[in-house]
Amino acid sequence: MSENTHTLDARGLNCPLPILKTKKAIATLSSGDILEVTATDPGSVKDLDSFCSQTGHVMVSSEQLEDAFFFRIRKA
Amino acid sequence: MSNTASLIDIPTKDLDSWFDRRFAEKMAEREAAHIPSMTIIATKGTLDMAYPPFILASTAAALGWDVSIFFTFYGLNLLKQNLDLKVTPLGNPAMPMKLPEGPNWIKGKPLPMPTSVMTLIPGFESMATGLMKKTMDNKGIASIEQLRELCVEADVKLVACQMTVDLFDYGKEDFIPEIEEWVGAASFLPRAMKADVNLFI
Repeated sequence: MSENTHTLDARGLNCPLPILKTKKAIATLSSGDILEVTATDPGSVKDLDSFCSQTGHVMVSSEQLEDAFFFRIRKA
Repeated sequence: MSNTASLIDIPTKDLDSWFDRRFAEKMAEREAAHIPSMTIIATKGTLDMAYPPFILASTAAALGWDVSIFFTFYGLNLLKQNLDLKVTPLGNPAMPMKLPEGPNWIKGKPLPMPTSVMTLIPGFESMATGLMKKTMDNKGIASIEQLRELCVEADVKLVACQMTVDLFDYGKEDFIPEIEEWVGAASFLPRAMKADVNLFI
């Protein structure tokens, strides 16, 4: 497996910071890499979906944990 | 000549379906190659009204859009080196006045006083500004300085209104050096005309 997994902790941040941090983090990755984002902002669920559909990255999974939201995004 | 003749020989129905298919293909290509753009006109210089332009601009830039903000009148204050933005409930009756800290009987509850009376208390504007900043900090909302920095990093074009500087006798040295250009309405409008999204804030 050549893909690398990176993590971003966006807990405690509110709109639009989770999106902006995701964008910055994803810019440093290579195509095919996975970024795992943890966030507490409930708006980030729809916003990160929208971010992916606009930028072409793929939302591999989006789930609600006990106290946060967890996303796996594959860089286009 | 032979081409023209053969074209005429093609039944209209086939020609129509060929054209529809090509047209759909070309439109799809065009849409795929199109980079969305947004222009914002920022006219307000209070702490509360500083948020919408910077939030929308930084988010649009994160989505890969091409963004410009034209700062005019009081909006020019958002480009000062030293941001000293304030907010007041005066003339702003929808602004919730709640204490972010303090004993439980008052914390997070609306202050029991009409905003029109509150604003008569000396120093109230500074207090309201402090309360809003504290509340935003508690909720993990970015400061204006932070959002502006993110906009600059993301190549949002910051355009300043030349006339406003002359009108209010501002010195250009008071503003951040990242301002792309100082122009008038006639220079900004052609850019706005080509944008997909135009906002006046």
